Amino acid sequence: MAGQPSLGQGQGIVEYFAQQLINGVTLGSIYGLIAIGYTMVFGIIGMVNFAHGDLFMVSSFIALLVFLFVTTIVGITSLFITLTIVLLASMFLTSLINWVIEKSAYRPLRGSFRLAPLISAIGMSILLMNFIQVAQGARNKPLAPMLTDVIKIAGEGNFVVAISYKQIVIVAVTALLLAVFWYLVQRTPLGRAQRACEQDSRMAALLGINVDRTISITFVMGAALAAVAGTMYLVYYGVVNFADGFVPGVKAFTAAVLGGIGSLPGAVVGGLLIGLIETFWSAYFSIEYKDVAAFSILAVVLIFMPQGLLGKPEVEKV
Amino acid sequence: MATMQSPAADPAMKPGLDYGAAFKDACLAGIIAFLIFGLLLGYETQQTLTNQIILVPRTMLLAGVVAIVVIGRFLINLWSAHRAQTLKTAPTKTTNPLLLKLEAQAGPAFLIAAVLFPAIVIIANGELQSSRYLVDLGILLLTYVMLGWGLNVVVGLAGLLDLGYVAFYAVGAYTYALLATTLVKLPGLEWLAPWMFWICLPVSGLLAALWGVILGFPVLRLRGDYLAIVTLAFGEIIRLVLINWVDVTNGGAGISSIPRPTFFGLPFSAADNGFAATFGITFDPMHRIIFLYYVIVALAAVTFIVTLRLRRLPIGRAWEALREDEIACRSLGINTTNTKLTAFSIGAMFGGFAGCFFAARQGFISPESFVFMESAIILAIVVLGGLGSMLGVIIATMVLIGGPEMLRNVESLRLVFGSDFDPTKYRMLILGIGMVLIMIWKPRGLISTREPTVTLGKKAQAISGDFVKEGHG
Repeated sequence: MAGQPSLGQGQGIVEYFAQQLINGVTLGSIYGLIAIGYTMVFGIIGMVNFAHGDLFMVSSFIALLVFLFVTTIVGITSLFITLTIVLLASMFLTSLINWVIEKSAYRPLRGSFRLAPLISAIGMSILLMNFIQVAQGARNKPLAPMLTDVIKIAGEGNFVVAISYKQIVIVAVTALLLAVFWYLVQRTPLGRAQRACEQDSRMAALLGINVDRTISITFVMGAALAAVAGTMYLVYYGVVNFADGFVPGVKAFTAAVLGGIGSLPGAVVGGLLIGLIETFWSAYFSIEYKDVAAFSILAVVLIFMPQGLLGKPEVEKV
Repeated sequence: MATMQSPAADPAMKPGLDYGAAFKDACLAGIIAFLIFGLLLGYETQQTLTNQIILVPRTMLLAGVVAIVVIGRFLINLWSAHRAQTLKTAPTKTTNPLLLKLEAQAGPAFLIAAVLFPAIVIIANGELQSSRYLVDLGILLLTYVMLGWGLNVVVGLAGLLDLGYVAFYAVGAYTYALLATTLVKLPGLEWLAPWMFWICLPVSGLLAALWGVILGFPVLRLRGDYLAIVTLAFGEIIRLVLINWVDVTNGGAGISSIPRPTFFGLPFSAADNGFAATFGITFDPMHRIIFLYYVIVALAAVTFIVTLRLRRLPIGRAWEALREDEIACRSLGINTTNTKLTAFSIGAMFGGFAGCFFAARQGFISPESFVFMESAIILAIVVLGGLGSMLGVIIATMVLIGGPEMLRNVESLRLVFGSDFDPTKYRMLILGIGMVLIMIWKPRGLISTREPTVTLGKKAQAISGDFVKEGHG
């Protein structure tokens, strides 16, 4: 979390709160982007894609490697062009990886016994994590800080509310891509096919929709958004590690469940909520227990409110 | 990605060995592999002294991997086309009956082998000290076998996917560590010190079982995927609490100098009241290792026998029924609450015993030993061996835990892969690939059957579980 000034006596409380709000929204947009991948896959094939968090980590590594490749080997100096290339390349390559994963590890299991896809996804998660560890080493990979300038919004002296350029970039890119994505799902034949498969894949197949292809595209779209999150994560924290996928993955899944699994706006709302809760919990209670808070929310929501905030209650058919 | 070579038999492949199409498909796979691995494997990130990261190309490695993918994909294409031609009927998915028959005999055979193991090793080596490595390895393997059998009750028999099993292992270990290090300090209880392990063992098991009920109760309504995720969350919460509750658990630094188990009151020391002196033999630190080995053999045997007997009781049959179809189970009047809770608590109890043993053997524990990956390894053992299979757990443990350990000592591998080659580095990678491949090839694991443990004689077997569509519950 960027900037945690100590609390002054009575003054600066509003500024501190506003600062945490900005930090929380930034973190929340990253979680929201990952959560969409979980929620879409669950909506369409009813499976928790356990490897999605690790895919996010892999995309972050791809972004790191593309960044280094573009700046040191190709020699582009403009940060804007570099980041655009990094984002697009990471989205493309991560989508390709998830396409291969879906085709080889999940598709053969459709119609198999009910735990099989989840176990396969857990295996895939271990595979991705350890592949990165073996291929790129276990150490943290730091990147020189970029976009460090800040804009002061309010306050003076020690109590300022500042928003850094990278926070602006993260929130802006997230909002832009969500708009594009929203258009894709709501206004194109592709999105219509997707929503049809979500409601009843057998009926959709009877009406001439290629269900396998639609599921593939769902995985590709989820991966592309995870890659955006991975790139933003790298820009925000400037460091990535092979084990970084697990905890953000669980938190994003929590966000998807909190928002109502299967619901796209729910995933974004849930992501923002989790980001805000985590930031405020660290700011006002204890930073050590912030992950405990996230995991507890997950358990409590799943047990007492499985339909989430915006989801539909699940009706079980026999 | 190695899984690209999975037999995802291309529907486009026509019968008749079409080399051209197979080659084209293989080239396409090669292009995809090049795109995916181009950066991830093709460049290594290295840190310079100024903490900057530079890229170092690894062209040969990349070329090798892409070549393997192309050739592998080509061969698989040919193989599946060939098989489509020769094999008209789909192969049956049931396990070889010979293996199932073997499983029935496996228990006593493995028990005898396990009991004789140290003796064989020591006779082969001629002295005690040099056989320490192998006996230690035996202890490690048996610990995982026991954990696998414990989790097997929850996942294999009752069909409840538990991703937080390591939490109960942690409860057992911390129970022993905390009790053993604090109880003996209380005035008037010093005389208990030599008996600590034997007092704490049942306590650890009971506490773990209690935690099984506590964590099992809220998740009763959840099914399949959700249950798995919530148990994962519980496992992580327990680990995070262990890290952060420094006053009690000493946090990430862990608890050290945990008392070692004694030979029913006789410590394994060179002292006059020690084990060696009492039995009139020369003192050797290996005595304790061998004793620990037999303790874990006994614990594993207890786990095996209890599970085997429970399967034949009504509760065991209820577990198997629950695994197959929860809704049908409830309609037939089985109390699913009790069935689930007993599965959770009995599985947890074995985990607690194993944890207590682990703490006593190591003498030091920290939250590092109870990470999610440990749960994943135990789950992988159960899944790969075959859900519900006791023999499968043994085989999977030998392969997953013993395999890399043995490979580490093979000198010739080092000549091929370089001097710093360490197969344990690749263990988790292979484990992940194995989990995916086994799910595709045999979703029920290597040795598996859906036959109920108890049937009504020959007649009832006319409709085997393998022919019945699975219910969802």
